[in-house]
Amino acid sequence: MANRVVITNGRVLDPSIGLDEVSNIYIMGGRVASIKASASDDSPLEEGAPGLDVIDATGKLVVPGLVDIHTHLREPGYEYKETVSTGAGAAAAGGFTTILCMANTLPVNDNQSVTRYILKQAESAAVRVLPIGAVSLGLKGKTITEMGELKEAGCVAFSDDGMPVKDAGLMRRALEYSAGVGKAIITHAEEPELVRDGVMNEGPVSTRLGLPGIPNVAEDSMIARDIQLAELTGGRLHVAHVSTRGGVDLIRAAQARGVKVTAEVAPHHITLTDSRVIGYDTNAKMNPPLRRDGDIEALIEGLNDGTIGSIATDHAPHSVIEKDVEFACAANGIIGLETAFSLVYGLVLDGRLSLERMVEAMTISPAKAIGLECGSIRVGAAADITIIDLGAEWTVEADSIRSRSKNTPYIGVTMKGRVQQTIVGGKTVFTAS
Amino acid sequence: MPLTNKDMLGIEDLSPEEMELIFDTAESFKEVSAREIKKVPTLRGRTIINLFYEPSTRTRTSFEIAAKRMSADAINISVSTSSAVKGETLKDTARNLEAMKPDCIVVRHASAGTPEMLAKYLNCTVINAGDGAHEHPSQALLDIMTVREKKGRIEGLKVAIIGDIMHSRVARSNIVGFSRLGAEVVVTGPRTLIPVGIEELGCTVAPNTVTAIKDADVIMMLRIQLERQGDSFLPSLREYATLWGLDEEKLKYASDDVIILHPGPINRGVEISSGVADGEYSLILEQVTNGVAIRMALFYLLLGGTRESSA
Repeated sequence: MANRVVITNGRVLDPSIGLDEVSNIYIMGGRVASIKASASDDSPLEEGAPGLDVIDATGKLVVPGLVDIHTHLREPGYEYKETVSTGAGAAAAGGFTTILCMANTLPVNDNQSVTRYILKQAESAAVRVLPIGAVSLGLKGKTITEMGELKEAGCVAFSDDGMPVKDAGLMRRALEYSAGVGKAIITHAEEPELVRDGVMNEGPVSTRLGLPGIPNVAEDSMIARDIQLAELTGGRLHVAHVSTRGGVDLIRAAQARGVKVTAEVAPHHITLTDSRVIGYDTNAKMNPPLRRDGDIEALIEGLNDGTIGSIATDHAPHSVIEKDVEFACAANGIIGLETAFSLVYGLVLDGRLSLERMVEAMTISPAKAIGLECGSIRVGAAADITIIDLGAEWTVEADSIRSRSKNTPYIGVTMKGRVQQTIVGGKTVFTAS
Repeated sequence: MPLTNKDMLGIEDLSPEEMELIFDTAESFKEVSAREIKKVPTLRGRTIINLFYEPSTRTRTSFEIAAKRMSADAINISVSTSSAVKGETLKDTARNLEAMKPDCIVVRHASAGTPEMLAKYLNCTVINAGDGAHEHPSQALLDIMTVREKKGRIEGLKVAIIGDIMHSRVARSNIVGFSRLGAEVVVTGPRTLIPVGIEELGCTVAPNTVTAIKDADVIMMLRIQLERQGDSFLPSLREYATLWGLDEEKLKYASDDVIILHPGPINRGVEISSGVADGEYSLILEQVTNGVAIRMALFYLLLGGTRESSA
């Protein structure tokens, strides 16, 4: 590996330092050494010089490596769905350089040994993988985990994601305790008694299909509870995969009165509605479920005004044995790492979101929400950089998906904007073929 | 080509013309069941599998009799566990069934959408015999046929459907079918059992039983599942019977020549009083007879050979 790399003539867009200019990025020892506007950069590039790699990014978009704070990598325990290695490979192909993995593995990441195991697997992975520890032992919602030790081992946040923390008293203690540890709690907000046997959004479509519905209020009421608890405790709350208009309104109001709450939205929740379930495609089954147009509108509005700071994929790999079954029995979730950028870029092309805001929501904003050092290419930062060809069109095909699972409703869909090259610590980990 | 689709998954997929064709065909097959030798050779050599993932006596028997009166070989497979529980994909299930070379599979499943999912993998015809709370097309067809016989028309009739609309596939199929043929459909029941957006299927929601059945030409009483009580949909069956049950008193508000349908089996004294169930307006037994004729018609139209030869 060359010690020195220069990425030339790309449109460098980094909201963390307010940069949007055609620039050359100089990388030395895996870190950003300097950024110079290409027009006025007269440093000799030493083309062909030993130890210098030149990456020509003319006509391309160059952004800080994307950050995904919500993935499921399934290892340990469900390696047939995904591993740290295959998930990280999918992340690299999607332009992500740092991904966080949720704790609902087998065994659950609720103790140091599991955290260390994941980090051991991550050593050889294509991108940076940071574990999220469980809030409660075994995700059972009874006893809080040893958050101090988990942090010590490398956990960067805590979440029982996949399961709501049903017990309000436990959630209160978790927010208090984690505040002391200095880490955020990520809530999977869902009131189970309002979900019951629901398998899709409750509305005219669920009525027509005869499928039990999940009302928006199942999510709204739990977001409201957790906001109140964050307010009471001073704990840091991050709301995972917001899918409802009511949720956006609650978070906006809480932020306005100073509650430490941040939020994320998944690409599928702003690109598909519950009518995608017609035909009973289990790749349209996820939790929270696909909602309606009015929710999408509110979510995009929330993204634009910063209420929803981050975009996170909720990458949830499942094999055919969980998905190619009766709709009611099928597992929730879809893979998302490899389509995230292009899906959200579709909203930019439609004029519903600015490119700058999009990049912010996929880089510095999620990094700040969790308290991570990544998401920026300021001088001195690790050289985690993604190069994107905004003009390239591509079609999602099952065979070219790098994730071990293929559960996505976007197979066959043609998208615009494709990740060209992904660089972690100055080293290229993915190049589009 | 008599019917557009190879499968019969729901009334949703049928045009009014297709429904009329099915009724006319069923009328002609009704005569077969009245003969001493109740059999025609039309589907000799064809294999029909009744694949029931949910217990059913009435519907399965009706399909079986219909198949046998058409001279098809009918095989019943009762399955007590879903594919998911067995660790099998629906594609595996479909491939296994296809290997038996059936011409038609009649599927009943507790999970909405399963017949449609299987039909995607199967080359043979799939008939939905009831899937979760989604559709039960042959039931709606026999209901509409019974009304059509009695009233001579569907257009302009007021049809009241009363009870557990939320969990009822019979209600959904009938709302779509009756409204598509020009009837005015009104539904009512406890608010807990009226699903959001049901109007979009082609009906209005009445606030109470009397409003719903006022001047109704047809009243369809849905079976109330006794276990719904435990899930807080209903405080008690006693109150349900008082507010939503059909008795002679409420029946006075209906049109003079009202007819009453019930998909069966009935809970006497709950959704329908014995007096009404056994009374002159009740067509509950005609429904059962027409059920066989409708299913013979479906087999004929879907398997009768016309479709292949014109394809």
